[in-house]
Amino acid sequence: MSAAAGRRATTEPTWLRHVLLAVGLGFLFFFLLLPLLAVFAEAFAAGGRAYLEALQDRDARSAIALTLLVALLVLPLNIGFGVAAAWAIAKFEFRGKSLLITLIDLPFAVSPVVVGLVFLLIFGAQGLFGPWLAANDIKVVFALPAIVLVTMFITLPFVARELIPLMQAQGKEEEEAAISLGATGWQMFRRVTLPNIRWGLLYGVILANARAMGEFGAVSVVSGHIRGETNTLPLHVEILYNEYNAVGAFASASVLALLALVTLVAKTVVEWRMRREMRMLSSAPAAENAAP
Amino acid sequence: MRSPNGPGQLLPGFRLSLGCAVVYLSLLVLLPLSGLVFKASQLSLAAFWEIASGERALASYRVTFGASLLAASINTVFGLIVAWVLVRYSFPGKRVIDALVDLPFALPTAVAGITLATLYAGNGWIGRYLEPLGFKIAFAPPGIVVALTFIGLPFVVRTLQPVIEDIEPEVEEAAASLGASRLQTFVRVLWPGLLPALLTGFTLAFSRSIGEYGSVIFIAGNMPLISEITPLLIISKLEQYDVVGATALAVVMLFISFLMLFVVNGLQWWAATRHGARAADGGLR
Repeated sequence: MSAAAGRRATTEPTWLRHVLLAVGLGFLFFFLLLPLLAVFAEAFAAGGRAYLEALQDRDARSAIALTLLVALLVLPLNIGFGVAAAWAIAKFEFRGKSLLITLIDLPFAVSPVVVGLVFLLIFGAQGLFGPWLAANDIKVVFALPAIVLVTMFITLPFVARELIPLMQAQGKEEEEAAISLGATGWQMFRRVTLPNIRWGLLYGVILANARAMGEFGAVSVVSGHIRGETNTLPLHVEILYNEYNAVGAFASASVLALLALVTLVAKTVVEWRMRREMRMLSSAPAAENAAP
Repeated sequence: MRSPNGPGQLLPGFRLSLGCAVVYLSLLVLLPLSGLVFKASQLSLAAFWEIASGERALASYRVTFGASLLAASINTVFGLIVAWVLVRYSFPGKRVIDALVDLPFALPTAVAGITLATLYAGNGWIGRYLEPLGFKIAFAPPGIVVALTFIGLPFVVRTLQPVIEDIEPEVEEAAASLGASRLQTFVRVLWPGLLPALLTGFTLAFSRSIGEYGSVIFIAGNMPLISEITPLLIISKLEQYDVVGATALAVVMLFISFLMLFVVNGLQWWAATRHGARAADGGLR
């Protein structure tokens, strides 16, 4: 009797479980699965050949190339920043640390449109450096540099945010041991720190990459929408959609949706590896002591 | 051992890493944002106020905040159910569905926008069933709520999941063995623990929704005073070469961003101390 009562009060009644499952999964079906299916259904609405033709279009290909180039330029810089910021924050004590952590989060809170406007105000024709840039014939706004700058701003927090808690949890004993044994700073970083943080680093890079390739609002403000030149893939999607070229728009959109799916798979695999490493880490000291 | 970083500091690279991080953050984020504030400060207060409280601006705040509030509320209710179902129940395909929850983070907003607009349009998969019933979703204000619900979906689920996972079964068992019904257990025992995470998730979804642009503009219809969000108003001012007007509105949005960041930090601090207090409590017993 008491066992039955206990079970009754620690789980929901069967009918309620069914209702919650139906409501929860129904919500996800309508808001996640259906949109995902719709992207591909619309892309292939006119058949496989029309789909492939839309992707072989010159503007589509140059948009893909530009999107890849921007990610390639932005990610290394933000990886460098993320590692440096996490090293300082996780391994040292200093005043203003929590302010620094909050400031790293700031780009997530600012509207992408505002980000675009900010760089327009600095580098645009009427902007702070506008006249000087024009006099020296340097193009920033409506060209690659501004697209790279806003993407750097938008994706700045990803790597740092993953690494800070990870490196804090790992402590600094291993690195201190390496230094006391005579390792140089670079040796310590390459042999001790990097292997410890590689999965967290990869996780941050995956998220940053997805955002870098998919950013729309900020890029849209500073790109100028010049076809074949400053159109990234998301902007290309917008242009085709506004021209009522649904197949073309959704063909390009399907490439981005595929990127999103790859991101989700990669993210899940890395999460799984990180969890496994954490488990190994927590059982490691016992295993080491047991070894001869 | 002497270290250039001062006594007691064994590890190298403190000044280098902190210096690089601060310079990068200042050049990329702080200086550009202060440039925006500086540009706006050239306006007189009266002129700033006139732009920021213009009829179209006020209407755009109403649309942006109203839709964000509604979408974040929808996500709070359904996010709680989804998180609960994903942690507590087992069903086929659970891991795939769990991974799919992050789709709105990974899917570019423009793709989400055109897809939702197509789904909810009068001839779309969903719209064709809703429109005969008199519900016009796409190209009307409800479309904004749909887009923002999609964008904010992961926030509540992902903040709640670890908290639900951490609930110790003993707590529920104790409540049950003391004679509490399931409803009483949930309301009196589980709910207080979930509340901070629920509020944090709500605030995160809300603050993301306020600034959202890409997914909304395709489905909103973008009629001034009716379905025009503030970020779009900034863009249309820019397209009319009204840089001053755009700047003033951007400063309003930036101020709100700071406010939301402050609220989120406060909520997370509250959740952490509450969690810590409960852990300490448990240790005493």
